[in-house]
Amino acid sequence: MHTKLNRRSLLASSAALGAAAMLPGRTLAADNLTVGFIYVGPKDDFGYNQAHAEGAAAVKAMAGVTVIEEENVPETVDVQSTMESMIQFDGASLLFPTSFGYFDPHILEVAPKYPDVRFQHAAGLWSADKHPMTVGSYFGYIGMGQFLNGITAGHATKTKKIGFVAAKPIPQVLLNINSFLLGARQVDPEITCQVIFTGEWSLAVKEAEATNALADQGCDVITCHVDGPKVVMETAAARGSYVCGYHANQSPLAPEMYLTGAEWNWADVYTGMVKTVMEGGTIDNFVRGGIADGFVKMSPLGPAVSDAARAQFEATKAEIMKGGYSVIKGPLKDNSGNVIAAEGQAFAEDDIALESMDYLVEGVIGSTS
Amino acid sequence: MSDVTASRTVFPAALSIWVPRLEAVIIPIGALVVGLGLFAVFLLFLGRSPVDFFALVYKAGFGTGFSWKNTLSRVAPLLFAGLCVALPARLGLVVIGGEGAIALGGLAAAVMGVWSGALPGAIGLILMAAAAMVIGGAWIGAIGFLRIKRGVNETIASLLMAYIAIALMNHLVEGAFRDPASLNKPSTAPLPDSLRVGDMPIGIEVHWGLGIGVLCCFLCWILLDRTTIGFAARVAGGNIRAAQVQSLPVGKLVIGFTALGGSMAGLAGYFEVTATHGAANASLVVGYGYTGILVAFLARHNPIAIIPVAVLLAGFEASSGLIQRRMDLPDATILVMQGIVFVVLLLSETLYGRLRIFRPDLWGGKA
Amino acid sequence: MTEDLGIWAVPVAMLGGAIRVSTPFLFVSLGECLTERSGRINLGLEGTLVFGAMAGYAIAFESGSAWIGVVAAALAGAVFGLFHGWLCRFKGVNDIAMGIALMLLGLGLAFFFGKPYIQPVAPDLPAISFGWWSEIPQIRAALEVNALFIVGILLAFAMAWMFRNAALGLRIRVVGDSADAARAIGLSPNRVRLWSTAAGGAFAGVAGAYLSLYYPGSWNEGLSSGQGLMAVALVIFARWNPVMCLFAALLFGAAGALGPALQTVGFTSGYYLFFAAPYVLTLVLLIFTSSPGKAMEGAPGELSITK
Repeated sequence: MHTKLNRRSLLASSAALGAAAMLPGRTLAADNLTVGFIYVGPKDDFGYNQAHAEGAAAVKAMAGVTVIEEENVPETVDVQSTMESMIQFDGASLLFPTSFGYFDPHILEVAPKYPDVRFQHAAGLWSADKHPMTVGSYFGYIGMGQFLNGITAGHATKTKKIGFVAAKPIPQVLLNINSFLLGARQVDPEITCQVIFTGEWSLAVKEAEATNALADQGCDVITCHVDGPKVVMETAAARGSYVCGYHANQSPLAPEMYLTGAEWNWADVYTGMVKTVMEGGTIDNFVRGGIADGFVKMSPLGPAVSDAARAQFEATKAEIMKGGYSVIKGPLKDNSGNVIAAEGQAFAEDDIALESMDYLVEGVIGSTS
Repeated sequence: MSDVTASRTVFPAALSIWVPRLEAVIIPIGALVVGLGLFAVFLLFLGRSPVDFFALVYKAGFGTGFSWKNTLSRVAPLLFAGLCVALPARLGLVVIGGEGAIALGGLAAAVMGVWSGALPGAIGLILMAAAAMVIGGAWIGAIGFLRIKRGVNETIASLLMAYIAIALMNHLVEGAFRDPASLNKPSTAPLPDSLRVGDMPIGIEVHWGLGIGVLCCFLCWILLDRTTIGFAARVAGGNIRAAQVQSLPVGKLVIGFTALGGSMAGLAGYFEVTATHGAANASLVVGYGYTGILVAFLARHNPIAIIPVAVLLAGFEASSGLIQRRMDLPDATILVMQGIVFVVLLLSETLYGRLRIFRPDLWGGKA
Repeated sequence: MTEDLGIWAVPVAMLGGAIRVSTPFLFVSLGECLTERSGRINLGLEGTLVFGAMAGYAIAFESGSAWIGVVAAALAGAVFGLFHGWLCRFKGVNDIAMGIALMLLGLGLAFFFGKPYIQPVAPDLPAISFGWWSEIPQIRAALEVNALFIVGILLAFAMAWMFRNAALGLRIRVVGDSADAARAIGLSPNRVRLWSTAAGGAFAGVAGAYLSLYYPGSWNEGLSSGQGLMAVALVIFARWNPVMCLFAALLFGAAGALGPALQTVGFTSGYYLFFAAPYVLTLVLLIFTSSPGKAMEGAPGELSITK
């Protein structure tokens, strides 16, 4: 169904394809390529959008590439217009609409009208039998990063309770919550994780209140999955809780309390993809990658990380770097007692089933509805 | 005095009819020009070229076929949301919660669409529209009801109910009505193609929401300006309490007009669902209801005037992207421009009836 | 060490939430109360609040002092208020619509000039610990009180006293109840309203500075979740009484903390509905305290919104 592709093989295949140069679409090597990036929020939000914007900045530094950007584009007819406007007015031939909600129906509506333009969509589930060949989806196994976050959290927690501020109970978020707890349980299987959903991707006061509620419950390590983690990081640190970052490096916000963080590494991914197109190749329609492939990276470990934590963190990371690591593996139950994985059953990081996760594992306090 | 008599004897009827109407066109256009001029000064202070800026607004909003498509595709929800404010405003009611009726109307349409998937497309589409209008109408109509029965302030009630409606919509979209297959963006089940409204056959890809919206504006205008109901509403609009004392059917008028306004907002949600998204989800809440307030006030609550105002606003918004990319100005630039233009337009209200040029009866009169 | 408070965590969280979350509501509703008492309504305080948040954060960052930021936010708010007051003195200008236009302008200017300040970290306002007597860390945390909260409480009582006893307060009330009566005793309604709106704007600016400099304590475009808009509802809810504004703000803050706190004690579903609790509560109270047939008790006679 999909090819797991890392950056190195991506570059190699691009050279091969460049030689062939027989595929439909944009096959001629472009001297000057215009690439459009579209963000759903402000591109300096210390989070999801900033991570993508940092990737765009790396593309900007490449020779022969013009980068155009637009921020705060809602997932409505707005984004359709933005994509068409970038194509019509700026001659963009490679677009990166970076929000999940841009895909269906917006990209699917626009893409067929512009067969020469490549649409690279973050986080979507492209499938060959349903979607145009000029559309591709890419994403990273950042749950592995939350798993490593969890290991540092497991060592740092004294109350054996850790906390997670989450936007909505959707598969990506649930995988992060589960990975965070399972990481901590590598250290101590007694640890529990309290989750609070805010219901919105960006809602500062609610995120702060959720963080305080977690601290009141005794959660002494807190992480999150919202668009801009700045408020959660600052509020948690002010309450004396350790924090693990998400999306981008937030250590400047809480240098003493920051353990580590799961960051996107879009710079390498995007420059790789742009290079492929410039050399006349075609990017694969379904691209995924993890820490080993340079899609995800970890923030440098903070001063509060103990030697024991560092050792376990590095050892686990080395395992993950080998590829195919499984966080979700049996025996495992969800938090209402249903079996998720039997003894011996494991879901590797690239298992597509993980992308439709609808449960919280045993030990997570919260519910998916 | 003789000049006045002369002009009166030559074109008395034509002048007394057309000159005041001209006032209603020239003052807003003049205000628009002044507002854009002030914004040009703002740009000059920042060392940016207003010429480049306006050239880009024109190019992106109105300059090419694609620009018109971009602009017109944003108009429909603004028309409906504007009507949701303008209709109750005729009764002197300030309803600012159209956003809630859009959210719930869209949800109702999507749910009805799921239920009526087996029916022929046309019937299904009508049922969906009816559901959206009933729910939107009931939501805003309840505000009129509370106003009449309990004396609850409609502005505050509509604001509170908008927050409640959005919460309710999110709760249902992520709970009872969630399609389990909508993974990372919780939504209702996708509508089949037979329940999707398509584009109008006008050579530009714009869906039917625009046509129906324009039609609704005309129908509302007829209701307000050409029927006894509209006349009663205008009489009552001055002061609801006084009208109640005069035994006008104020209760029916208030509930009827708020409900009709709400059903318009419901239609905005309907077209978002059936023409744009194909399902109901959090993208229904993107501020159309709040933009509708501006549209209605700028149009002075005249349903016909809502059409050009909505097109102008949509054109401004359509140009936002190109301005970000070409001039490296933040996306909020358009917001600043809109703010300045609206302040000046609202300020220009003070000129009505005070400019002698629009008062033929005073021409050459007392110095 | 943190203690497990069980179900008691909810009231403790609501206490903390009332103190943390209520301050912006308090300031902005006091500002709106003052403006409305003079007979004018300013629906644009949301824009003023957001601009104040940006200005306060930016100046605090540039100057290194959070308090200078608060002053700057108040000044910026006063300028917006003056502008609104000046615009609305012209005949035929609708104060409700103008408020909405100024809200848009305020948001636009705040986002326009605020871009470079999303990333930097400005100094925060300090908190005063009132929880020293307790051994329980949750209570100590809940009783971390910002000085602005105390200032707000004092301001509420001072305003209530002013409206009842001081010459200035009486003047504002006369202007608000009847412009004709005010003119008859030699007051200029426009001037009184101008300064009442300016002061109201300054309060809204401070409310914004509280958001950006204390809680949640950072500047970004999604900082406000409608606190400025809700102020108008709170004032009507509080019947134009400053002390009631204080209680309304506290109630709103406490109700805002309810949703997250309930999730930690096991009420995990329906959180959207819990988050909407403050609005439902306000609406229900409004329905039960309004009465048909007559203007709302306590409403200034000149106020366009309740006529």
